[in-house]
Amino acid sequence: MNYGKEFTKGIIKENPVLVGLLGMCPTLAVTTTAFNGIGMGLSTMFVLICSNIVISLLRKVIPSQVKLPCYIVIIASFVTLIQFLVHGFVPSLYTSLGAFLELITVNCIILGRAEMFASKNNLLASALDGAGMGIGFTLALFLMGSVREILGSGTWFGLTIPGMASHTMSLFVMPAGGFLVLGFVIAVVCAIANRKPPKKLGCDSCPNAEGCDGSCDGKEEEAKA
Amino acid sequence: MSTYISIIIAAVLTNNFVLSKFYGCCPFLGVSKKLDSSVGMGLAVVFVMLCASLVTYPIYYAILVPLEMEYLRTVAFILVIAVFVQLLEMVIKKLMPPLYKTLGVYLPLITTNCAVLGATIMNIDDGYTFGQSLVNAVFSGVGFLLAMVIFSGVRSRVDDAEENTPHMFRGIPATLVAAAIVSMSFLGFGGLGQ
Repeated sequence: MNYGKEFTKGIIKENPVLVGLLGMCPTLAVTTTAFNGIGMGLSTMFVLICSNIVISLLRKVIPSQVKLPCYIVIIASFVTLIQFLVHGFVPSLYTSLGAFLELITVNCIILGRAEMFASKNNLLASALDGAGMGIGFTLALFLMGSVREILGSGTWFGLTIPGMASHTMSLFVMPAGGFLVLGFVIAVVCAIANRKPPKKLGCDSCPNAEGCDGSCDGKEEEAKA
Repeated sequence: MSTYISIIIAAVLTNNFVLSKFYGCCPFLGVSKKLDSSVGMGLAVVFVMLCASLVTYPIYYAILVPLEMEYLRTVAFILVIAVFVQLLEMVIKKLMPPLYKTLGVYLPLITTNCAVLGATIMNIDDGYTFGQSLVNAVFSGVGFLLAMVIFSGVRSRVDDAEENTPHMFRGIPATLVAAAIVSMSFLGFGGLGQ
């Protein structure tokens, strides 16, 4: 197994947000400033690496019928841990992330990686996969946060940008700006990488895909017709 | 009574669950392609959010608070929701087959949906009473349903116009920009009910 590839694939080639379209809720919700984006990204990365390691170690112990509840409990425990850490060391971040720190539990990136990768691979590969995906997620959130903070508040990491501060467009820090900026970021990234933007959210990394067979999107009817 | 009305207006319009709080964006963008699947998903979310609030509220105030274990909220809530949704699916399948036909496929999807966990956490964080939290859960779900239905209409237009969309925007980017415009239109409700 090529460990280097397991690590690097998540950063650009299979970037969970910009290519995989996973974890949309935190991506859109907390990226009003670059600092929040990085804080959310690093917290998620911590949970992702830890849960990948534990799930990889337990992959032969967990019965397949109850794997989803088992994964969720493992992930939720690490989320509780990171909540304490962020609350203790970066209280300002804790306040601005709000409920979304707790909602890392249901972030589809983490469950998706547990299901797709950690439950099938050894410890080192799973840890590297988690780190790579975490870095990719952090980078995407940092990019989103920077664009929104610069255009919306005229600052970057809280520092005023000369010339920008008097021409702020508050739309960008509003919820609508989140959708707008993500759409543009994905389009620009795809244009630079010279490939087609994804058509829709795929079932590939949905943790429920096994029980659903794409029927959530009316795929069954399409097959019938 | 006025608190209930302001909770309803906030949950459905001013602080719409999807368009301004971003809870449940994955189904919003993933399942909103067709009107009937949007309605099915939306109704399932209303139903599960109500049930989840019914279960988690007493758990928090009757078990976790007296034992001073509030920090276990995340683990307890998600586990209870996961188990409860599975039970609910079995019960509905057995007792109400027509309902199962409409909501069945969407129920397991909702377990790992941040809308449900988000709503139960919000009930606690905002200090709602039991009645208020039920109203909040139902109408947050209705807000989700409303956003899904509106967006599925917008989205079919966006998909029809794909020929005219610039190459780099085809697919998801165009969908996201359309979502931004829908979200912007909800800004118009700002200040209502205050």
